[in-house]
Amino acid sequence: MSDHTSEHRTMTLKLIVWRQKGQNEPGRFETYVARNITEHHSFLEMLDVVNEELIREGKDPIAFDHDCREGICGMCSTVVNGVPHGGQERTTVCQLHMRKFKDGDTIYLEPWRARAFPILKDLVVDRGALDKIIQAGGYTSCHTGGVPDANSTPVSKAESDYAMDAAECIGCGACVAACPNGAAMLFTGAKISQFAALPQGQVEAPERVAGMVNAMQECGFGNCTNHYECQAACPKGIHVKFIARMNREFLKALFRAKSGSHTFIGEGQD
Amino acid sequence: MILDGKAPNGPIESTWDRHRFEMKLVNPSNKRKYKILVVGTGLAGASAAASLGELGYNVEAFCYQDSPRRAHSIAAQGGINAAKNYPNDGDSIFRLFYDTIKGGDFRAREADVWRLAQVSNNIIDQCVAQGVPFARDYAGYLDNRSFGGAQVSRTFFARGQTGQQLLLGAYSALSRQIKIGTVRMFPRTEMLDLVVADGEAKAITVRDLVTGEIRVHAGDAVLLCTGGYVNVFYLSTNAMGCSVTALWKAHRKGAFFANPCYTQIHPTCIPQAGEYQSKLTLMSESLRNDGRCWVPKRKEDCRKTPNSIPEEDRDYYLERKYPSFGNLAPRDIASRAAKEQCDDGRGVGPGGRGVYLDLKDSIARLGEQVIRERYGNLFEMYERITDENGYKVPMRIYPAPHYAMGGLWVDYDLMSNLPGLFVLGEANFSVHGANRLGASALMQGLADGYFVIPYTIANYLARTRPGKVSADHAECRKSVEEVKGYTRKLLSVNGNRTVTEFMRELGHLMWNHCGMARSKESLSEAIARIPAIREEFWQNVKVGGTGEEFNQQLENAGRTADFLEFSELLCRDALDRNESCGGHFRVEYQYPDGEAKRDDENYCYVAAWEWKGIDKPPELHKEPLKFENVHLAVRSYK
Repeated sequence: MSDHTSEHRTMTLKLIVWRQKGQNEPGRFETYVARNITEHHSFLEMLDVVNEELIREGKDPIAFDHDCREGICGMCSTVVNGVPHGGQERTTVCQLHMRKFKDGDTIYLEPWRARAFPILKDLVVDRGALDKIIQAGGYTSCHTGGVPDANSTPVSKAESDYAMDAAECIGCGACVAACPNGAAMLFTGAKISQFAALPQGQVEAPERVAGMVNAMQECGFGNCTNHYECQAACPKGIHVKFIARMNREFLKALFRAKSGSHTFIGEGQD
Repeated sequence: MILDGKAPNGPIESTWDRHRFEMKLVNPSNKRKYKILVVGTGLAGASAAASLGELGYNVEAFCYQDSPRRAHSIAAQGGINAAKNYPNDGDSIFRLFYDTIKGGDFRAREADVWRLAQVSNNIIDQCVAQGVPFARDYAGYLDNRSFGGAQVSRTFFARGQTGQQLLLGAYSALSRQIKIGTVRMFPRTEMLDLVVADGEAKAITVRDLVTGEIRVHAGDAVLLCTGGYVNVFYLSTNAMGCSVTALWKAHRKGAFFANPCYTQIHPTCIPQAGEYQSKLTLMSESLRNDGRCWVPKRKEDCRKTPNSIPEEDRDYYLERKYPSFGNLAPRDIASRAAKEQCDDGRGVGPGGRGVYLDLKDSIARLGEQVIRERYGNLFEMYERITDENGYKVPMRIYPAPHYAMGGLWVDYDLMSNLPGLFVLGEANFSVHGANRLGASALMQGLADGYFVIPYTIANYLARTRPGKVSADHAECRKSVEEVKGYTRKLLSVNGNRTVTEFMRELGHLMWNHCGMARSKESLSEAIARIPAIREEFWQNVKVGGTGEEFNQQLENAGRTADFLEFSELLCRDALDRNESCGGHFRVEYQYPDGEAKRDDENYCYVAAWEWKGIDKPPELHKEPLKFENVHLAVRSYK
């Protein structure tokens, strides 16, 4: 057990940070020094310290997205030393702590970089494209109130656990930022797999996979070429098997469309 | 003024059913003529926007985050209560109603709580239909667990991420309506004023957080679903962006603020490690199902490593004080007990502000694997933050501000005293009284959004002509000018102290003077000191940049300015309530054994405060509370 009552040794770090005023402005790296950082600072608290100093000096603080700071809201989104969220297994950048760094380290900070995520300012990007994918079918079309008793349809524990494994995605977009193709297939595959495993998701399965895959392409995301960088970067440990499940669901839907029971891509689907 | 909550009379079991029949309806073809503005997209806001869009209303929804899926409901871990009685262990709607009234220390409106318990079962049905992957047993049926303040297992859960899964369910329903076009979504947009025209709430003025544009959105009704205000303590379990701003702007426009002094301090949070800290992290109180709270019996043992302290030298203080509920005592009681041990000099960790939560006995009984399955993500989170392994050494916990039971005053229809202004979820005061039971916040947010507001809003809209106020109404134009002026004022101070410095100072004052224990002296001192901090803020705050750009300093400055006004009201309410109840503990009012001493003769009412101006004390209005179904009694968990 570490002794919290003793004086903490402090670190000094060199930060090389991407600064960009707005979406259509040129960006560049600038260098800052973070002083008096202890091992108990979270990464974002370290950035708070740097920003407080910048504000006191009358300079523009580094803009970065964050909210819950406990690893669940999915808002934080910074590439640290080339790795989205900084590379600690199953950890968002808000839960990364400075004990993972050494005194004198140089740290590079960049925004998510992907065609579908325009940079708004510094480390802040627009991830509205992920919402568009969900809007294209990431739901069951049940009406409020018009549903059966919750226990009327048993779901095997195995299927339920599988759905939960997929549903843990926090929608941060690290998978997209990590992918050399800027693909959102881990994000989309996870949502499709969640519904594919549950009885409630069966009725609209073909329309769902068609709609969401279409939206992915329309939003400018790339395709999967099996690098698995997405899984490595995912702070929730979402598995690439869900991409395979999406592909299988897509093929199933295609066969059903061929047999005439469902419309499909380009056949009346928006 | 004596306020009337307009709760239906008669047998409690049929209040909601009768009221649903008596309320007016809006004809299906007329619904699209009404525009409803929904502020906030947490459980209450997302479920309301989705359900109202589905009914055919024209909805506009707003959130400050980059996506509606990120609202702070997402962070709720433990679970959601419902009176399903699937485990066959004696639960019923009446028992959930009873437990909630008692848990709230008899300071909530009976009919509202009954309705909540009644619709709790519909919520579970709805979520399962949406594909929420609740925990199940090996037969495929839904699993339940127990939670603080109840002796039945009525809590449904999805691992340690129940709030996330419920919010994603509501978000999916909202996304469907956005696609259909019944809901227009405005992310990265913050409400900065409420427009009241001819006595009715008809519009909001917002700031686009990306471009800085300030504009007005007019509608026929406004729903505030903007959560709670415990960031007034600076360090809390809330997200960084949670604020009182939307509620405070509405309060300044005439909406009454009810029971602001009822704040919940959650017992199982990771203790503060240093001054730089930006937030406190909660660990689900479900840990108390298998964990035992203790501190050393002797002060001199506090610096020893916990595993070296023998069993006979440990004080399992909750089991000692509350033998029948033990470690599952309600939150307010467990938090106060932890504070008592630390005040007695027997706290552990930095500054002696911590107690042990020890799962050793459960690990010995059930095996580490079972504990890992139940709470694995919490142990991981604890280790990431503290660098300590909770399986090997007991975790250290300390109470932290977590939830606001108080909020804007609403009647039974969830409408504030301003016609057209509705308040849902944590933002209103209605069902939790002076203390909320675990796993009841998610229940309330979804009850209000899915099953209450779709009915009660029609009761208002049916009496009002659609489109009465448009964006070029004089009050709307005035509001836009005022917000623009306010923004310029914040930017023009150009002093020497940062926004965070002010917020930290205020939070520190509030925690020490109006936190877990309050006294006449501490509150009077806070009330005297807050105006000075506020004054300094407006003379010496430093906010850089401009209003016409992405400017996080400016956002924080606005929220802090509102906390600097609101905090004073919170303290005034706490000073006015000369009793201890639930989350409000006044040291002058306690029994010899340290338990809270309620005063039903003089304080069995809702305190609803009316804004009178920055330099004038607020005016108190009372809504008397009647208890006809659960008899007023001393709340005991011994």
